[in-house]
Amino acid sequence: MFGFIARRIGVLIVILFGSSYLLYNLQALSGDPLADFRTSRDPEVESQIKATIEQLRLDVPAPLRYFIWLRGVLGIFVGQPDFGKVRTGEPVGELLMDAIPVTIRLVFGATIIAILLGITIGVVTALRQYSRFDYSMTFVAFLMFSLPIFWVAVLLKEFMAIQFNNFLSEPNIPTTWIIGISAFIALFFGAILGRSRRTFWIGFLASGLFTAVLLTLIDARGWILEPGIGPVIFALLALLTAFGVTQISMGVGHKPSLYASLSVAVAGAISYFPMQSLFKRESQVPVLLGGLVVALIVAGIATVAFARIDRGPVYRTASITAFIIGIIMIVDKLMQTWGPYVSSGEVQYRPVPTIGERNPLIETNDFWVALLDTLLHMFLPTIALTLIGFAGYVRYTRGTLLDVLNQDYIRTARAKGLNERTVIMRHAFRNTMIPIVTLLVVDFASVVGGALITENVFAWRGMGTLFRQAIGTFDLNLLMGIFFVTATLALVANLVADLLYSALDPRVRVGSGKS
Amino acid sequence: MSDDVKQPADSADMKSDIFSKETEGLSQAQIVRKRFFQHKAAMTSLFVLLGIIFFVFSAQSISLGPVKYPGWWKYDYEQISDLRIAECSGGVVGCPSLDVFPSSIDGTPMQIGEHPFGQDDIGRDYFAMVMRGAQRSLLVMVIIGTLGAALGTVIGAIAGFFRGWVDAILMRFTDFIITVPTIVLGSVIGYHFGNLGAVFLAFFLGIFAWTGISRLVRGEFLKLRELEFVDAARVAGASTRRIIFKHILPNAVGVIIVSATLLMSGAILLETGLSYLGFGVVPPDVSLGLLISNYQDAFTVRPWLFWWPGLFIIAVALCVNFIGDGLRDAFDPRQRRGMSRKDKASLASGESK
Repeated sequence: MFGFIARRIGVLIVILFGSSYLLYNLQALSGDPLADFRTSRDPEVESQIKATIEQLRLDVPAPLRYFIWLRGVLGIFVGQPDFGKVRTGEPVGELLMDAIPVTIRLVFGATIIAILLGITIGVVTALRQYSRFDYSMTFVAFLMFSLPIFWVAVLLKEFMAIQFNNFLSEPNIPTTWIIGISAFIALFFGAILGRSRRTFWIGFLASGLFTAVLLTLIDARGWILEPGIGPVIFALLALLTAFGVTQISMGVGHKPSLYASLSVAVAGAISYFPMQSLFKRESQVPVLLGGLVVALIVAGIATVAFARIDRGPVYRTASITAFIIGIIMIVDKLMQTWGPYVSSGEVQYRPVPTIGERNPLIETNDFWVALLDTLLHMFLPTIALTLIGFAGYVRYTRGTLLDVLNQDYIRTARAKGLNERTVIMRHAFRNTMIPIVTLLVVDFASVVGGALITENVFAWRGMGTLFRQAIGTFDLNLLMGIFFVTATLALVANLVADLLYSALDPRVRVGSGKS
Repeated sequence: MSDDVKQPADSADMKSDIFSKETEGLSQAQIVRKRFFQHKAAMTSLFVLLGIIFFVFSAQSISLGPVKYPGWWKYDYEQISDLRIAECSGGVVGCPSLDVFPSSIDGTPMQIGEHPFGQDDIGRDYFAMVMRGAQRSLLVMVIIGTLGAALGTVIGAIAGFFRGWVDAILMRFTDFIITVPTIVLGSVIGYHFGNLGAVFLAFFLGIFAWTGISRLVRGEFLKLRELEFVDAARVAGASTRRIIFKHILPNAVGVIIVSATLLMSGAILLETGLSYLGFGVVPPDVSLGLLISNYQDAFTVRPWLFWWPGLFIIAVALCVNFIGDGLRDAFDPRQRRGMSRKDKASLASGESK
């Protein structure tokens, strides 16, 4: 195993060396960093050229200049990497350190949502293969595949930001909209549930009526400008979460996990008021981390109390419940922040921004206002990236799950008399996840270098913007710095994916024989 | 598929029964063709795509050496004509003259008019520009797809067939290229070669587009070369070349065609993305991405400048994706589409028991 990893890392370094050498020379050959000066009529152009040659070491030919760059980068092993300087003088390393978090913030949420949504819809389409739902989702997935992201982005800016902000100044939901949205949701859930005509209509009517009533209530109560869940609905949501998570993971018939997650939900509901005062404190990070730890401990206590056997799965159910309830609590707090935020002078009822990473006018120490601001700025790019990204997961999950469902051991599981939920979730879905997990790792890495267009459209100063700058100003050091980060990430992700694959699938063994 | 026919032991399985009945006496190619023709979405897409290609390429002039085809549309994409002002409402200039609703709906007769897609800022006909842009995009798509598939097949086939050090070197070389994200590589290439014209751009992009296919083909070859029919061919004295091209490659052709289609749909988005960033096709030539990039701020006032190029990109990419899906289903021996409704019903009831 260690031999395998060591060998792979060795190969990785060789590849990095080779491809960086190639890129460096390609880029150096294909343009002239002094081009700006040659057409300049500035009388001091001679000295400027001289200074630039000095600064960029242009007196050394590119194939050798590469090694000057490499020597700086190799400093990474003694803890002092030197990626050189940008042409305007800032060190590349610092620019990268500023840009990477921005890009990660941009793609992280979108990737997570795309994965969750994509896998869920993929599973449903596989289970309802060749149904109308399957066909329409296939169409939607292909449509998403075919959308250029910059095109989607412009549409989103117009309809989700500008029009939505206009709507907020007079937040009344028209009746036609309520009917339209309810009908859409009703069709969606009806199609998901619809095995037979009866279940279709049950799903259709239940979800449609629920949405219609909810929207009417929201409209009547002025909830859009003053949202909030409140303790009673929060408690209800917590209990619902407990039931839902248990049903998906163990089935509500499994008493220990039901009781464990229900008691977690009750604990969450009780903690609502203490948490509200904790949320008002100066520093929120310890509060959130502490809350997470306490939630996991409560889940543990509940597990020990209710389960004697199968404690692992029961604990998993309880802790997932606790986690989701925590998220609901945070959303509630954000909703309470929404009203003051929207009506503040810096926002003026136009909360959904079309560009940028944060509102430069807002200077606040309040954690929640800052968080809400960041989230709202992430809103449009996240939707755009999610729309484009989730289609791939839908198709992949669907294909893999269908393959798995045709295998003999699924038939065996059914023949043993296991119920359908156990067959799908425990036998089929888990094996479907093996290839998907490895896909995820690689995706995460590639996305860091790949959000170039999105960053450009939404004017985020991340890796993509830096890259454009590097190409446009012919900045070799900057380009190589970006390349170094993205390429290293891609290679490491591939290695992790291979290791993960062998960890998840016992049939795959690394390290033995040829890799 | 062929497995099911060969192994009657499986015929207890109801699926195999239906399969063998449907495909009895047909060659592999015939089965694939039949399945593809039955795939409604794919066939529709195929005709739509062919229609778009014909429409787009015949609209503007094409010159092949001395032969010059004038194109049926009256304007050229570079030609500047008078801006429509009087006909437009709200102080907008260059509005589209296309009116698809008959007069019974909105009072005006159905017409195509002088500038169906409107005009750009200086009065160039937008229909001509979109046609030209779509030509460029389609051309780039086909070149990248063909070149990528060809290179990928050759490299993957050699790596998979010879294994050993050849494989090691070629696959490390593939890793080498995969390391650089496509859009980054495309930008570097596009920035330096974009001004040579769309064909050169496509050519250079295609040189780096083979990595995915080569990995798939290699995997396929590694699997196929161990099968009995390859041993049989070798025992019969077939040369390496013959084994690769006559025996293994036809069996791997499904993988190749399917991934080539997907590569194409990726290629059209890559080209438009690069042009949007300014690293692809450069003015005075036009491409769909470039048009969108130029007029994205005009969306509120002159939305047609934004809608038309986008719709063409989506139409082409969507068609290619559906064709790819149809091909995948046709080549996939396990797929069950193309069965009659009754068969499906009997299968479903058989499964749920």
